[in-house]
Amino acid sequence: MWRYMGRKLGIYGITFVVAVTINWMIPRFMPGDPVSSMLNRASVSDPEALERMNTYYNEVFGLDTPLYQQYLSFWSGLLRGDLGISVWLYPEPVTDIILRHIPFTLGLLLPAIILSWIVGNRFGAFAARSKILDNTVLPLGYILTATPYMWLALLLAWALGVVGGFFPTAGGYSFALTPSWSWPFISNLLTHWFLPFLSMFLVALGGWAIGMRNMIIYELEADYSNYLQALGAPRRLIRRYAFRNAMLPQITGLAVQLGTIIAGALLTEIVFNYPGLGTLVLNSLNNNDFFLLQGIFLFVVVGVLIANFIIDIIYVLVDPRTRVQMTGGAS
Amino acid sequence: MTNVPATPGAADSGAAPEPAGERKVSEGLHFARRNPKLLIGTGIVLALLFTGLIGPLFIDQGPNVYVGPKSQPPSSEYWMGTTSFGQDIWAQFVYGLRSTFLVGALGGGIAFVVGTAVGFVAGFKGGLVDELLNMFTNVVLVLPTLVVLIVAVAYLDVRGVVVQALFIGLTSWPWAARAVRSQALSLATRDYVDLARLSGRRTWRIITTEIAPNMSSYLVMSFILLFGGAILIAAGLDFIGLGPANGVSLGLMLESAVAWSALQLGMWWWFIPPGAGITLLVGSMYILNVGLDEVFNPKLREL
Repeated sequence: MWRYMGRKLGIYGITFVVAVTINWMIPRFMPGDPVSSMLNRASVSDPEALERMNTYYNEVFGLDTPLYQQYLSFWSGLLRGDLGISVWLYPEPVTDIILRHIPFTLGLLLPAIILSWIVGNRFGAFAARSKILDNTVLPLGYILTATPYMWLALLLAWALGVVGGFFPTAGGYSFALTPSWSWPFISNLLTHWFLPFLSMFLVALGGWAIGMRNMIIYELEADYSNYLQALGAPRRLIRRYAFRNAMLPQITGLAVQLGTIIAGALLTEIVFNYPGLGTLVLNSLNNNDFFLLQGIFLFVVVGVLIANFIIDIIYVLVDPRTRVQMTGGAS
Repeated sequence: MTNVPATPGAADSGAAPEPAGERKVSEGLHFARRNPKLLIGTGIVLALLFTGLIGPLFIDQGPNVYVGPKSQPPSSEYWMGTTSFGQDIWAQFVYGLRSTFLVGALGGGIAFVVGTAVGFVAGFKGGLVDELLNMFTNVVLVLPTLVVLIVAVAYLDVRGVVVQALFIGLTSWPWAARAVRSQALSLATRDYVDLARLSGRRTWRIITTEIAPNMSSYLVMSFILLFGGAILIAAGLDFIGLGPANGVSLGLMLESAVAWSALQLGMWWWFIPPGAGITLLVGSMYILNVGLDEVFNPKLREL
């Protein structure tokens, strides 16, 4: 088990280093001078401020020092939690801006991922091997997974927000209210949260249901199921065993799907102008704020790695085989 | 894109593929003709492909030209209405379909080539090569694709469909490599592969003549899933505003619809067609894939 965990941690460590290196390489090896192109496009009007920013960013990039030194100083800055200073909101550090927006994204992501996973698994297990459900749920599931996140978000915003008028379609909370722990503010927050959550939940749901259905069918083909059936065990019991076995690949699937779901969250947030990381990505792109963009990239990567590690721990807890020997879950 | 439906190797990685022969082919055809999922899926994909290929020929002006009255709902003259600048949405749609197919084929194709190459070599060679390639695959697998792409593409000054497809292809291959690897691993120990190895054939020839043909159905299905995945990723990139400059694509249509607040103005004809096109295309590809799975895999037939 410890070997298994150590291996996983090693992979995550390497991934982190690769991500940081990508982050460092991109501005330096893409054609063009990053500082001037960034500041040119950022359209800062005040010449004095521009001068100040120019020297600051030149110093940060350290373009006149040798490459390995640039790389090392990049790391030392990173380890001190210094991701640079935003161009868009000039004197504010990137880390602060991101930390301010993260709660919204997490508040959207975590419930959507966990609920869609649970509901989708139940649904898929239920639909497997029942002809009518299979023929209705299955195509629906495929359509849902094939839906681009932003399109379903647009449809829901249009149907339930603009036409129906049930929910607000933009922002994280009404600007008439100041954030506080009072009931009106929280309910306002929830109504703004509901539509983005629903659209992410629905898109993710289809994939889980289909994955579970396929796994259950596979498990019902297995020898132990046939044996139980031959012994005359009730259908429900066989199903329960099949479900527990089918869960394992679904847990691994959760880890693999994280990147897609996070991408979906970013896109959904843009549609609803929800004040999370997605909107921040859009703003940093529109303002050519590459420090902010790269900071978001690092935060997302670290988040994905942490989530992967948590899923690994859950896997070890759920699957006893990994605890005894690393036969089961070694990848 | 991994947990997606009928991912090769997910549902029945335990069952190793059987050698294919002449009789299997005709048997496959027999089941293919009777499989509604396969037929419907293929039909829709082909219809869309046809629209994307033929449609633009009937449009005199480019897709982004301001041809008509502004903000018109669908009518007999403008089948899908016009944007708030007077662009014909039908024209944008058919040109968009074309570039969507292009991105899917190119991006999915590159990812397929990289993924199968890594998977075959890792699965067949084993040992240290396998360890290294597997670690590499896992690292790329954990990185969130779209976010990496956003950062990389943001720095490009000139963006085109081909560059976009290249970037997508280079980042979305890992799960295919994993699926191919696990299949190749089970085939690499077969007697006939050992025989080929003993006869002193080169690795590459053994892979292409002995191993690949025996998992051709897996390969076809992986390609289809990569194709669909590439389309979805490209649409996401376009939507964020990192699409091909001055081009037209279904994702860009969604982006401009949101940017010019089609939602608040109630111009549903602006944002429904592009998304519906993507959903229909990718969805019918997935369904086609399930159909293929049922044709190739006897276990799934008896439903």
